[in-house]
Amino acid sequence: MQQFEFSDISRMLTPIFARHDVDASRLLQVLLEVQDACHFIPSEAIDQIAAHFDVPRVNVEGVAGFYSFLSTRPVGEYRILFSDNITDQMLGKDELMLYLCNKLWVEPGKVSEDGLVSVASTSCTGLCDQGPAALVNGWPLTNLDRNRLDLIAELIRSRKPVADWPPMLFEVADNIRRSDVLLGQPFEPGAAMRATLARGAKETLAEVDKSNLRGRGGAGFKTASKWSFCHAAIVEEEGSMICDVGGHPERYIVCNADEGEPGTFKDRVLLNSYADLVFEGMTVGARVVGASKGFLYLRGEYRYLLKQLESVLQKRREAGLLGDAILGRADFSFDIEIHLGAGAYICGEESALIESLEGRRGRPRNRPPFPVTHGYKGRPTVVDNVETFACVAKIAERGGAWFAAMGTAQSTGTKLLSISGDCATPGIYEYPFGVTVRQILADCGAREPYAVQVSGPSGTLISWKEFDRRIAFEDLPTAGAFMVFQRKRDMFQTARNFVHFFAHESCGFCTPCRVGTELQKKIMDKIASGHGTASDLEEMKSLGHILKTMSHCGLGSSAANPVLDTLEKFPDVYVRKLKALAFEPAFDLDGALETARKMTGRDDDWAHL
Amino acid sequence: MSKTITIDGLTVPFREGQTIMDAALSAGVYIPHLCHNPEFKPHGSCKLCTVNVNGRNVASCTLPAVEGQQVLSDIAELNAERLALTQMLFVEGNHLCPACEKSGNCQLQAVAYYLGMMSPHYNHFYPQREADASHPDVMLDRNRCIYCELCVRASREVDGKNVFGLSGRGIKTILAVNSASGLLGDTDLAVTDKAVQVCPTGAILVKRRGFTVPIGQRVFDHLTIKDLQTGGGHE
Ligand SMILES: Cc1cc2nc3c(=O)[nH]c(=O)nc-3n(C[C@H](O)[C@H](O)[C@H](O)COP(=O)(O)O)c2cc1C
Ligand code: SF4
Ligand code: SF4
Ligand code: FES
Repeated sequence: MQQFEFSDISRMLTPIFARHDVDASRLLQVLLEVQDACHFIPSEAIDQIAAHFDVPRVNVEGVAGFYSFLSTRPVGEYRILFSDNITDQMLGKDELMLYLCNKLWVEPGKVSEDGLVSVASTSCTGLCDQGPAALVNGWPLTNLDRNRLDLIAELIRSRKPVADWPPMLFEVADNIRRSDVLLGQPFEPGAAMRATLARGAKETLAEVDKSNLRGRGGAGFKTASKWSFCHAAIVEEEGSMICDVGGHPERYIVCNADEGEPGTFKDRVLLNSYADLVFEGMTVGARVVGASKGFLYLRGEYRYLLKQLESVLQKRREAGLLGDAILGRADFSFDIEIHLGAGAYICGEESALIESLEGRRGRPRNRPPFPVTHGYKGRPTVVDNVETFACVAKIAERGGAWFAAMGTAQSTGTKLLSISGDCATPGIYEYPFGVTVRQILADCGAREPYAVQVSGPSGTLISWKEFDRRIAFEDLPTAGAFMVFQRKRDMFQTARNFVHFFAHESCGFCTPCRVGTELQKKIMDKIASGHGTASDLEEMKSLGHILKTMSHCGLGSSAANPVLDTLEKFPDVYVRKLKALAFEPAFDLDGALETARKMTGRDDDWAHL
Repeated sequence: MSKTITIDGLTVPFREGQTIMDAALSAGVYIPHLCHNPEFKPHGSCKLCTVNVNGRNVASCTLPAVEGQQVLSDIAELNAERLALTQMLFVEGNHLCPACEKSGNCQLQAVAYYLGMMSPHYNHFYPQREADASHPDVMLDRNRCIYCELCVRASREVDGKNVFGLSGRGIKTILAVNSASGLLGDTDLAVTDKAVQVCPTGAILVKRRGFTVPIGQRVFDHLTIKDLQTGGGHE
């Protein structure tokens, strides 16, 4: 293990500390920088960070231990993390990862002996439309194939700094394939704000209400209701209306850009090419609920967007669209700060996100109280999805009735879909709500479609029999993921991939999910290795029930969906893998002797059971 | 006029600010629980206390009581799920009751008896977890930890020390202690700390107290956990 002297650590930490306020909410941001500088979080750094922020050491260690991108043991100077979504796997991820490992003489999940490189898997990086994808020291690598890996191995062996690698390796395309009102119509920064200020905050809330906009992050909660709850919280507290007042320092607008649901990448595109629209929607929200501070919680995987997002913010400040006295209104100040995540799907859950914003482990809070009344630092906080804010900007500009005229009765407006998997043109598709799955499949050039995972692993798996169903809250609600599987795909492997994902991402707080997701994983692995029996299927159904009904948050309660859906819709894929036995022990006696066989170099009959 | 809820048909009064669990315990109604201890702020992690309120499952230790709630608790389906959760807690750790000093005083074991647990049902995980004997007076055996964070809360809220905390994530969650060496002996934990008294299992034990009370004369050798926690055994 690398040894660091106390003074080295101090020297490294001083400039990092200087970049951040001495507020424990900056803890995660500081740890990310330390990880970058040292390739792990040295124990001495934990001590000094704890002292600097005046928090217990064990809390810092707890944060360092929670997030996938932080590590308390050294990783390689070049840390390569292959995206492990099923779509990456379908594009050959496993084989490519081994290929690179062989080239670099390193085992998957380990660090090379010289400490130069480590190669491992990570949860979906949101690049499914241009996979197989990976991250090298946080930078996205797309469209990986053997040629590119040859080059990458060469760059690593010659110790070329990642900043000097050929830019083509890092190209991330938007791949917008179908646009409608959000993506297809120009937006002039400031237009929505001018309309909001002219109309008034209360009236703007009324427009959002009229639009019937529902949250795009998955749950589909009516945005205007959420905002007025936050608003109501304030009214109760201060005994006064805040609309049209603004300028209250302790109310928060948070944009949820954690986008961790495997197969979802539409927020990536919004942030890359429509950041003004998103920031403007946040500013509209700030005006309505009276917030003066906003956060963009950007998933660690999208760190490459940080710089350009900061510059968009800066331009908006210069244009008088952010900061003090927005558009000349002395009573309206609002600014936005970007917080980075560090590899934890659970931080997309709004209360875990707030914990993470406060610099803690991303553990969902007990509710009630809800964030709208007790959110960031205990203050009323609105958390909305990136796309929701983009819609808000459009609604503020063009009115609620205009928006409500699109889509269906209960699902107004359009929806961005992130399409990946077995289709000719993966990418972003914007449709009015109500579009059929069949239509989408035709548009994206799906090849012999057999099943679609709608809204990611936590969503719904539909079979070819259901292709006339519609994307809408009334039928198939979705946060945007749309993964297409053709007939030759093994739907069991799909479910198994998702089950591994949930076990890896469970925060571990509550018993049903911490243990239940691990049990699911073990059973799916047992079936995959040919040892599954009929009773295992029954076990998974009862586990599914426990996960659904006893879990603390949405991660646990949806973690059984992939298994339950495949069991219901594709039971054959399990039956084919089962042994005809009623019971098959999970413990493989003969397998347990393998180590002994290796050590003794024996493989004769007597060395087997 | 006091407000009321019903639990399994029984009318139970509550005061503003009480949770369903608080109301139940005050009324002598037992809802199985492990991470809850009335002396501390509710936590809500073990989920044993899950009840059904107006058709939805919720953790009774964290949900505020609200006038008119109809709570179902002692019903077959919930007890079966509580049993499953208890079994999960057993298999994710290494609980060798016959060799554990806490046997007979252990709430995990007592809840298991109460729920009629006859076998672990699931396959044991046999995790590798560390025991820590570095402290002169206190033994920490992580094999028996159920992550209820009672020690974390007690150390923070009562002892004012922050000796314990969780690290890791998911099934790899671990109980960490507040020292650079990672050893309990290097923390400022004192044997008199509240944090040492609250562990519901045998994960935190006072040293040199082994079997001072013989098996057969321990708390749960006489009382069920229900009797103990609702005061029913003394009637
Ligand atoms: C495990 C989990 C992960 C989530 N991830 C995200 C996410 O990445 N982005 C998001 O907007 N919402 C996510 N959500 C939903 C949020 O909790 C919240 O409902 C949403 O941000 C609200 O915004 P909306 O009303 O605009 O949809 C997640 C929820 C859960 C339970
Ligand atoms: S359901 Fe899973 S992710 Fe949610 S709190 Fe429980 S352990 Fe954490
Ligand atoms: S050591 Fe005991 S009190 Fe502390 S978290 Fe573990 S089981 Fe709970
Ligand atoms: S006692 Fe309520 S969750 Fe543990």
